[in-house]
Amino acid sequence: MCTYERETLPVRASGKTASGWASMTEATVYFDHPVHFAAGHALMIDLRDPAAGPSQRVALELSATSARALAESILRTLDSTPARLLSELS
Amino acid sequence: MNHNLRVESVIISGHDGHQQEAYLAQPTDVERCGSVVVIHHMPGYDAATREIVRRFAANGFTALMPNLYHREAPGASPDDAAAFVRANGGVPDERLVGDVKGAMDYLKALPSSNGKVASIGFCSGGRQSVLAGCRLPLDGVIDCYGAFVAVDPPADSPLKMTSVIGEIGALRGEFLGLFGAEDQYPSVEQNELLAAALSAAGKTFTIRTYEGAGHGFFAVDRPSYRPEAANEGWKEILGFLERVVA
Repeated sequence: MCTYERETLPVRASGKTASGWASMTEATVYFDHPVHFAAGHALMIDLRDPAAGPSQRVALELSATSARALAESILRTLDSTPARLLSELS
Repeated sequence: MNHNLRVESVIISGHDGHQQEAYLAQPTDVERCGSVVVIHHMPGYDAATREIVRRFAANGFTALMPNLYHREAPGASPDDAAAFVRANGGVPDERLVGDVKGAMDYLKALPSSNGKVASIGFCSGGRQSVLAGCRLPLDGVIDCYGAFVAVDPPADSPLKMTSVIGEIGALRGEFLGLFGAEDQYPSVEQNELLAAALSAAGKTFTIRTYEGAGHGFFAVDRPSYRPEAANEGWKEILGFLERVVA
């Protein structure tokens, strides 16, 4: 099933694209048919800069289990980071 | 599958006259032949779908696949283009119909055309193939596991598309539907609704449901590939085209 379901959020980030490092302004999260991951569906994350064109994208395709583990790891890492460091670039 | 063929990228006039990239494969050892518009799946104008286009030509039919994402993402890789268009909500129905019409008109104008054109679509393209067949004078319509042909998306879904079943009376050509028994979108029950609507409207149609297959069973580059269902499905497709456009 092509879900077209997605969440989009603004982000401050940099990502390494096929042409090098670039600023990313938006994240899209969705669950649909992957391009490369060997499953019918995957949790997909795109970090993008739509203003710079379709190729300004860093893409991830994850199993549901891996996606949850990654999300929890990110939160754990942030929770254990001193607040003064987090406030550097909020 | 013995025909010589020529393959090239061409520019066609799509919806609203947009000069659109398309992938054309033609058998070169026939004087006249029927044609098919290939509607790519949501992952885009990719290598696997181009292979499908070439397969039609090798079997004696001219095939043309418009790049439905060309407006937003000219020159981008198919996966980047698909991600970009997905983030914008997909391809609007009206634009899709205009792009398929552009492809149909291009095929009919070829010197080798016998004047007959069918459409085929996979996944999201399956629904789009049915939609195009309800709004354009296509001689045949093939739907390979298109979701939301017979029913709307669930009420809590953000999907913008609606079912096509209400327009099925306008379908002009013969219909072929190829589905997996294990697919949920579309499910066997949804395909039965489609069959009932086609029957009630007096349409000529064939629906095949393959056991042991789910969504995407034609996709040779994905784990959903089911060779038995795909091989049987290809026989149905080529037999259908021999009947309706050859």
